[in-house]
Amino acid sequence: MAREILLGDEAVALGAIHAGLSAGYSYPGTPASEIMEYMIRALNKESGFKATWCVNEKVAYEEALGVSFAGKRTLVSMKHVGLNVAADPFMNSAITRINGGLVVVVADDPGMHSSQNEQDSRYYAHFAHVFCFEPSNHQEAYDMTRSAFDVSERFNIPVMVRMVTRLSHSRSRIETREIKKENPICYGQGQDWTLLPMNARRRFAHLVSVQPELIALSNKSPFNLLDLKDHDKSLGIIASGIGYNYVMENYSNQENCPSLLKVSTYPLPEALIAKLVNHVETVLVVEEGYPLIEQTIKGLFGIPEKKLHGKLTGHLPRTGELSPDSVREALGMNPREHLRIDSSILASRPPQLCQGCPHGDTFNALNQTLESYPKASVFSDIGCYTLGALPPYKAVDSCVCMGASVSMAKGGAEVGVFPSVAVIGDSTFAHSGITPLLDAMASNINMTVVIVDNAAVAMTGGQPTFATGEKLVKIIKGVGAPEEHIRVIVPLPKNLEKNIQVIREEIEHNGLSVIISLRECIQETKKKNKKGAK
Amino acid sequence: MKQDIILAGVGGQGILSIAFVIDNAALKDGLNFKQAEVHGMAQRGGAVQSHLRLSKSHIFSDLIPKGEADLIISVEPLESLRYVEYLNPDGCIVTSTNPFCNIPDYPPIEDVLMEIRSVKKAVLIDSEKIAKKAGSSRAQNMVILGAASKYLMVGEEALMEFIKVLFRTRGENIVNMNLRAFQVGKEAAS
Repeated sequence: MAREILLGDEAVALGAIHAGLSAGYSYPGTPASEIMEYMIRALNKESGFKATWCVNEKVAYEEALGVSFAGKRTLVSMKHVGLNVAADPFMNSAITRINGGLVVVVADDPGMHSSQNEQDSRYYAHFAHVFCFEPSNHQEAYDMTRSAFDVSERFNIPVMVRMVTRLSHSRSRIETREIKKENPICYGQGQDWTLLPMNARRRFAHLVSVQPELIALSNKSPFNLLDLKDHDKSLGIIASGIGYNYVMENYSNQENCPSLLKVSTYPLPEALIAKLVNHVETVLVVEEGYPLIEQTIKGLFGIPEKKLHGKLTGHLPRTGELSPDSVREALGMNPREHLRIDSSILASRPPQLCQGCPHGDTFNALNQTLESYPKASVFSDIGCYTLGALPPYKAVDSCVCMGASVSMAKGGAEVGVFPSVAVIGDSTFAHSGITPLLDAMASNINMTVVIVDNAAVAMTGGQPTFATGEKLVKIIKGVGAPEEHIRVIVPLPKNLEKNIQVIREEIEHNGLSVIISLRECIQETKKKNKKGAK
Repeated sequence: MKQDIILAGVGGQGILSIAFVIDNAALKDGLNFKQAEVHGMAQRGGAVQSHLRLSKSHIFSDLIPKGEADLIISVEPLESLRYVEYLNPDGCIVTSTNPFCNIPDYPPIEDVLMEIRSVKKAVLIDSEKIAKKAGSSRAQNMVILGAASKYLMVGEEALMEFIKVLFRTRGENIVNMNLRAFQVGKEAAS
């Protein structure tokens, strides 16, 4: 079998390809982007399957559903908050009779390295009543993704693979296994996919009825490891995902490790948990994310005559990501000796816009215009331009979720915010900005939308965007914005005065205006120059 | 046998290129490795770091525990100090002395260098000057890799091989310039 150096994300992608994938879909988002990046790179080498970026996660998920309907294997990947966008098809797909294996890979971001929250996708799997794998290392990411397709087809349900940043973006070596062929095309049955109440009731009853089988599958899954030690029954550990790594890291001699259950699948392996809990006096739960396992075991009343430790009891931090050090403390070990310096010298170095970034010029023009409007609010969105919230620009007042800039500007404007400005990127606009603009246009709200069009999904590495330049202008016209209030500016230092003038005119226009601030992402320009120079 | 290394710098300074070379060299030398890196928002001109772990036996955690790192390799002096608490008491810093000043409150460079020198084993390298000598100030990451090479548990030959692989697509001149940068970095540290 071949050996490869891969990111955790890439191990997932390769696992899917080797499991007979027919099509993969995604929308960029850290830490999940590298799954699709890898698939697209692999397209050239390994023929047969399709892999494409989609306009948003909901669309990606639904395209995957079409593939499953046709009996083929499909993977849809996204970051954790992407599943909020795709929650509608996700929840409902669990009621359909999945035909070709459908695997949804969700990469959570505990610690919020590059996200607005640290929600735990395992709750979504539970919510939808579907099976979920949680790998702890690269080999498992590869192997579990393969298994996920089998489980999906065996039970006719979507199956989740839950990743986290530290595994997604860690590189290591894996061994690959045999490459499976794609499924032949084989259509789904209408009554299993048409979720009219009469069908949906039947399907949901079926989904509920297979839950004991899913638990049984978890109980005997080779990915869940139970090791009961007889020499010391005081402490037992339940560790899931990369929490397991942090436990093992602290036992250099594995013989000294207490009784341990490694959990890698959900619904939880109830029988294995019962064995561990019965065997020891105190149970420590180590899980990355929210305290799902701990809360489930605790229920309302806890376990009689046993102690349960974890995030709810303060033995591990309730927020942020785990580390070998925080787990060490929970295990009751002394911290390791380490070097120290006078940390007052460590000036922080937050992320910032690149030198020559077009967004910087847009923010300069916007800030200078708004100096004459002290009551202005600038609602912004998800992308590089969110960094406009930080010094030196301090140009934006909000960033909540994809597309919210436009809708929030509308809401604000309706109750008297003036000027009410939205700043949104071209890709975020295509993802979730068109519908709120349609909404605002319907009542010609007095607001100004600035679309910072850099022709790329820049923050996540420059993936292609669906609506830039001419096409973007056509979409905005199509939404019904009056042509004289669709303005295109070029954010460059030399255009500063001109751009301020345009922004001021459109703020003063009593109605909806859209300003497109159009200049390519500086990183993309550099990439092209490099290619050209070769 | 194991070695835990923190690679440090500012987004865009090429620490992932250093990681690529060491990762592949380690694999060639028959070692296990795990290397955690930073993508996404944090990458944009901010402080970036990579935890790189090499071992003959199985590696569990992708992150290095505090006090376990043997080596900090940094292409920027202030950044070399940011992760000192990860170093074990005998740990070593190999760093560039050339500040990357993209923040308004960058401390006086003399203070930064003095703090680095307070660490028992510290190798300070004027990577900009040396890289220019080798052909381009852009090769500073390879200068620092060269300076750190004698502390690494992977062989120099394997490192050189993957410098060639890394720059292969950019033409022979770039490959040779980076190999030169590696060599002069190594000499500067000895």
